[in-house]
Amino acid sequence: MLTRNTSDVIVVGAGVVGAACAYYAARAGLTVTVLDRGPVAGGTTGAGEGNLLVSDKEPGPELELALLSLELWRELADGLPDRIEYEPKGGLVIASDQAGLAALRDFATRQGGAGVTAHEIPADRLHDLEPHLTSGLAGGFHYPQDAQVMPALAAAHLLRSGGGRIRPHLGEEVTEVITGASGEVRGVRTVNGEFHAPYVVNAAGTWGGELARRAGVELPVLPRRGFVLVTEPLPRVVRHKVYAADYIADVASGSAALQTSPVVEGTPAGPVLIGASRERVGFDRTLSTEALRRLAAGATALFPVLAGVRVMRTYAGFRPYLPDHLPAIGPDPRVPGLLHACGHEGAGIGLAPATGLLIARWLIHGQLPMNTEPFRPERFDPVP
Amino acid sequence: MPSSASDLYDVAIVGAGSAGLSGAVTAAELGLSVALLDTSAQVGGQFYRHPEPALGAVRPEALHHDWSAFRSLHRRLESVESSGVTRLAGHHVWAVTRDDADNADAWTVHAVTGADGDGERPVRVRARALLLATGAYERQLPFPGWTLPGVVGAGGAQAMLKSGLVLPGRRVVVAGSGPLLLAVASSLAHAGARVPAVVEASGYLGYARHMRTLAANPHKLAEAAVHGAALLRHGVRVRTRSAVTAVHGRDRVEAVTVSRLDRDWRPVAGTGRRVECDALAVGFGLAPQIELATALGCATRPAKDGTSALALDALQRTSVPGVWAAGETGGVGGAQLAIAEGELAAISIAARLSGRPAATAGGHVRSLRRRRDRMRAFADVMAAAHRPGPGWTRWLDDDTDVCRCEEVTAGRIREAVTDLGARDARTVKLLTRAGMGWCQGRMCGAAVACLAATGGDVPPSAERRPLAVPVTLAALASLAEPNTTPEPTGSDSTDGG
Repeated sequence: MLTRNTSDVIVVGAGVVGAACAYYAARAGLTVTVLDRGPVAGGTTGAGEGNLLVSDKEPGPELELALLSLELWRELADGLPDRIEYEPKGGLVIASDQAGLAALRDFATRQGGAGVTAHEIPADRLHDLEPHLTSGLAGGFHYPQDAQVMPALAAAHLLRSGGGRIRPHLGEEVTEVITGASGEVRGVRTVNGEFHAPYVVNAAGTWGGELARRAGVELPVLPRRGFVLVTEPLPRVVRHKVYAADYIADVASGSAALQTSPVVEGTPAGPVLIGASRERVGFDRTLSTEALRRLAAGATALFPVLAGVRVMRTYAGFRPYLPDHLPAIGPDPRVPGLLHACGHEGAGIGLAPATGLLIARWLIHGQLPMNTEPFRPERFDPVP
Repeated sequence: MPSSASDLYDVAIVGAGSAGLSGAVTAAELGLSVALLDTSAQVGGQFYRHPEPALGAVRPEALHHDWSAFRSLHRRLESVESSGVTRLAGHHVWAVTRDDADNADAWTVHAVTGADGDGERPVRVRARALLLATGAYERQLPFPGWTLPGVVGAGGAQAMLKSGLVLPGRRVVVAGSGPLLLAVASSLAHAGARVPAVVEASGYLGYARHMRTLAANPHKLAEAAVHGAALLRHGVRVRTRSAVTAVHGRDRVEAVTVSRLDRDWRPVAGTGRRVECDALAVGFGLAPQIELATALGCATRPAKDGTSALALDALQRTSVPGVWAAGETGGVGGAQLAIAEGELAAISIAARLSGRPAATAGGHVRSLRRRRDRMRAFADVMAAAHRPGPGWTRWLDDDTDVCRCEEVTAGRIREAVTDLGARDARTVKLLTRAGMGWCQGRMCGAAVACLAATGGDVPPSAERRPLAVPVTLAALASLAEPNTTPEPTGSDSTDGG
C-alpha cells in the first residue's frame, strides 16, 4: 500500500548522528522524518563506548568539529534527561617510555594552539589521577575536556526531544531515493511506501555507501571492526578514559591488519569497558580470540588490579570510515537536495552534535557556518 | 588419543548430560577419540544430577525414574574412558572458534577450569568435529514479589533435592507451566514437604488434541501417571489455568496469590486467592542453552514453546558444517530423547569423519531416527501446550523488577518501548541495561522479549552472545598466540607508527 508522508527533511539513520541531525533540524523549526531499517541505535551507535574526545585528534578540521561538539554536548546534557549518562571525566594518555612521552608532549603542544587543554602529568603524579595504574610508566597527559555519554540513550533521547517535529519510522528500509525531472531529491521509497521531502540526509553510518548508491552517487564508506570487552560491574577503579599513546597512531592508520591499543574506562553503571581493536574484515562478526587476547593483555598491563576481574561479554562493532578518515558532511553537488552526514569512523558519538548543527544550518540558511571543505562528500570522485 | 591440548581429537563434546554422555560413549565405541567437557565434576547433567558421594545417599535413584538408562551409559563410559574418552570435568566452555591455523575443518574449544570457572586455567581443546550438548536452563517469567527470599526455581528446587537432599521450605507451592512441575511436586512431597498446590498456567487440553502422538509415547504417559498417582497419594491439588500473580511476605515468602487465567494467560479479575506457604518453586519450562552455537552462526528455529532452538537436520547436524547438536539444544524434549539424539549424532559424526556416509543408512540408524522422531513429536505437543500466552505481562506491575541483576522494572522497559523507540530485546537492553548483569539475560530474556514485542507473539531473539560464561581478563590475556596471523585484506601500509 502506498502512503503519502510529507516533511521538510528526511533523515536516513536512527543512530546518534541521524538523531542529532533530526534534533537540530527540528529545533530550527523543520519537520523531520527519521527512517531506519533497524531499531534506534541499532548499528555502530549501539556498539560504541560513547567517547567524546579531543585528546586523540591532530589539529585540523576534525578537531575543530570535535571542540564544537564538546560544547554542544555540554548544552545537551543540561537539557536531556540524566540517563544519557554524560560524564566530563577527562582523558589520561600515558607513555611507557621517554620517547613516547616526548612524542605526546609535542602532540599536546600542537593541540594547545588549536584550543585543546592538556596538562603533563609526571610519572610520580599519575597515581593521583588513577590510583590503580601500573607503576614504571614514563608519564602522561591529562585532557580535562574529554567526556563520555551513553550513546544509545543519547540517540533515543535526542529523537524524543524534537518537540513533536520528529517522526521516527523504525524497521523501514529505504530502497530508493526519488528524484525529480532535473535530478533533484523528492523523497525516498521504502519497503512500505513513499516519503516526500525536498531534502534527504544520509546518516546511515556503515550503510551510508549503500544509501548513496541508491541515490545514484558513490561514497566509499567501509566498515572497520572493533571489539569491546565489558567487565562485571565494579566500584570506580578506573576514573578517566585511560589509553596508551599508540592509540593515536592506530586511529590515524589506514592498515587493514589487526591493531590493538589498550583503552580502559569505567562507566557510571559499573562495568569497565576495554577497547580498542581495529581491523578491516568487512562485516564479519566472528569472534577473534586474538583480538580478545590483545585487549585483555593490554588492559591488565595498564591496570594489574583488573587481572582477576571477569569479562561478562564482548561484542563487535563496525566503524564507518572513509579513505581519508574524515567524515562526509554537507550537500552533495551531484544530487541537489541530498546531504551526507556519515563516515565518522570511531568518532561518531563525539562529532554528532556538530554534524547535526551544520546540517541544520545548511537546511535553514543554505550555507555552512564553518570551513567544511575537507568533509566534501564528492571529494573521492576521480579528478576529471 | 591426544595427550596435549594442541593435539587434535576426533570430536569435542560440550556437555556431559544425557545427550553428551550418550554421544561420547557411542563415538568412542565407534573408534573415535573424544574430549568430553562439562562444568560439573560429575557426568549426568541436570537430569541425572545426584548427590556427592560424601553425602552418603543410599539410594540416589529414588529421586529419578529411568535411573537404569543412566547406569548403563555410565558403565559404557567406564569401559571406554581408558581408550577413547578424555573426560574434562569442571571445564567451563566460554567460546568455540574455527581453527584458522592449518586445518579449516578443525574447531578450538576454549574453556576455563575450576568449580565455578574460578580455577581460571585457560584450556584449549582442538577437534575435527563438534557436538554441542549444552542442555537447557529454566525459563522464568517475572511476577510481583518474585525476588523475595523463598522463591526458587522449580528446576532449582529439584536440583537441590537431587544433589543435596535439601528442601526449599516446609510448605512449598509449585507453580509455572510445564511437565516438570508435576515431577518437582511429587519429589518434594516424597521428600517430606507439604505442597498446598500445584499451579499450572496452561490447561491440559492441549494434549488431548494430539491423542495419536500421545499413544505412540506410552512411556511418557506412564511417567505422568506415576507423578499423578504420587500427588494424589499426598493429597496435592493441581490447579490448571492458574498462576501465582503475587507473593506476600516481608523478609521471605509467607503466602502467594493464585489467580485464574483466561486462555491467553490474562489474569481474570477478582479470582485471586491467598495460599499460605513458606516457599514457592516456580518455572515456566526450559529454554535451550545455545549461545555457543549461535556465536558460531548456527541457524535457529522458533520452538513450539516460544523458545529459540537450534535448527537440525535428520542426522543432528546444525547449519554450520562440522557442528552437531543433540538433546535440549534442538528443542526441549527430555532425557530419553537426548540419549537417542546423542547416539545418532555420534554415528553421523563417525560416518562423516571416516568418509563413509553409508554408515548412517543401516537398520539401526533407521530405527533410532524413528524413535527420535516419535519422541520429538511428543515434545512438540508438550511444548505447544505450555507455550506462554501473550496475556501474562498483565500480571506485572510497573514497579516489578524484570531484570533482577540490574534492577530494571517493567515500567522502565515499557517506557523504552513506548517512548524511546525500542522494538526488540536487544534495543531494550541497550536503553535500560535489562539483561546486562550477571546472568546475561538468561533469567529475564524471555520476559524482556515479550515486553519489547508489546504483548504480541514474540519472535525468539537469536542474539549472539560470544562469551558463553564470564572469563577473567587474566585468562583471556594468557591465551596462546596463534601460529599464523591472518593475511591482510588490503594493500595499505602496515601498522601506522
